[in-house]
Amino acid sequence: MSNSGSIAVPAINPPHSGRRTELLSTAANSAAGLVEGFFEWFGNLGIFFWQVLRAAVTPPYEWRELIRQLDEVGSKSFPVVVMAGSAIGVIISLEARYSLSRFGAKSMFPATLVYSVIQVMGPIITGLVVSGRVGAGIGAELASMKVTEQIDAIEASAINPYRLLAATRILACILMLPLLTLVSDACGLLMGWFAQTLVEPLSFHQFIQDGFKGATFNTFLPQTFKTAVYGLIIGLIASFQGMRTRGGAEGVGRAATNSVVLASLFVILADVVLVKFILVVFP
Amino acid sequence: MATAYDIAIKQEQSEKDGIAPVIAVENLRKTFGSHMVLNGISLSVNRGETLAVLGRSGTGKSVLLRIIIGLETPDSGSVCIHGQNIVGLAIDRMGEIRKKMGFLFQHAALYDSLTVAENVAFPLVHHRKEMSRSERGERVNQLLAEVGMKGDFGKMPSDISGGMQKRVGLARALALEPEILLLDEPTAGLDPISSGEIDDLILKLQRERKMASVVVTHDLHSAKTIANRLALLDQGNVVIEGTFEDLQQSNIGFVEDFLKLS
Repeated sequence: MSNSGSIAVPAINPPHSGRRTELLSTAANSAAGLVEGFFEWFGNLGIFFWQVLRAAVTPPYEWRELIRQLDEVGSKSFPVVVMAGSAIGVIISLEARYSLSRFGAKSMFPATLVYSVIQVMGPIITGLVVSGRVGAGIGAELASMKVTEQIDAIEASAINPYRLLAATRILACILMLPLLTLVSDACGLLMGWFAQTLVEPLSFHQFIQDGFKGATFNTFLPQTFKTAVYGLIIGLIASFQGMRTRGGAEGVGRAATNSVVLASLFVILADVVLVKFILVVFP
Repeated sequence: MATAYDIAIKQEQSEKDGIAPVIAVENLRKTFGSHMVLNGISLSVNRGETLAVLGRSGTGKSVLLRIIIGLETPDSGSVCIHGQNIVGLAIDRMGEIRKKMGFLFQHAALYDSLTVAENVAFPLVHHRKEMSRSERGERVNQLLAEVGMKGDFGKMPSDISGGMQKRVGLARALALEPEILLLDEPTAGLDPISSGEIDDLILKLQRERKMASVVVTHDLHSAKTIANRLALLDQGNVVIEGTFEDLQQSNIGFVEDFLKLS
């Protein structure tokens, strides 16, 4: 029966509220998924690191593969580190001369160059360059081995892939990064001095004497050897990304890209922590 | 009280007598997400016996093989190799058991940066450290000759055909003289002549080495040639297990269809 005498009650909820709730719920689920994915990634990285660590400290040791990886990470990164270090030296030299001249502090040029290259730019630039070259290489190589079942074949042959593939690469990165940093620093100083000398002659002996005046081992060694931590980050993240790849050629590309992006990002973040740590421990 | 050594000796004798199986799979279950791949499978293989596992694509045949060698972990159930349950074993402990197993991957999975000879030598380099370089070279030549690849030892995997890659994969699987051989689609993607050659090779190896083998295949003809027993899988279950004649005499609809269409 129709209720012709009653007044129609307007809807309390506006017509779009259902849709809005649905959108909010979807957004909340996506955010929850992202947070879950973030923690899952770190959890898996932690488990991976533990497996690698356990494999690395127990025999048999893969010396032959380690030497091959030292060559792969060290010798083959040498040219690109030399070029990057040299370029940084020239850039700092040009910038420093201009800035110091403005403040009438040209005599500070050698110390500025030495401290800028060795304490700041050399380590981080080496870390980023190696993370680009080696991180992508390790990520792509291991990912390609993973999708073609070569890693499974290694495991099926009763060989621990964490020991053979990951531990050797990570250790090679840890050992080679400080050495490559020294190379980069040396090239930076040499080319920085050379760029300065072209404009205003300065003997190399004088440059070194002024630059390192008052410096101790504590001034430079922690800054150089902190790059071993960069090596750990680069090797660990690239091996992790490579060995957990799924999905053919696309997966290989994704692993290589993620290795470089994540390794570079974590190198920069680690630098923030390490700089503060070194300032506190080695004042 | 019996020591672990005594138990191992007793197990070995039982396997030789054909009383205890070399591979015993019990009530194996495996799911990927919501997809049930294996739903309580039980199988066993004795010494010197070849079991062919047949079934449609995606019925979990390769997963079963990967679980037997420990590359996948089942959700439940047990896999006993020489009487020892391998489910949940640590990677290094599992490695000791894998030394007694050879695995031929569906796409051979050769190491693409190593030559044919280096691929075959790979397990020897890692597990036969007492071998001199010349002894190792001799063994590699012998293995390659066995699979008909003697002249190709210096070639890269990318320079040889799919059939040749499988032969090299088989030589690599045999390098440590395994007691168990697992073959994942050994004849898939090969022409009939190459398939026949691979089958003959597997038969020859079975005669000479008396291994316990599991062969996963789609190829009914190949299964009939090389296997003593066949197991037909469907939807994660063993539909029928027996000789080829048992399958032929079965009146199960799926078995009849499978035999008719193969």
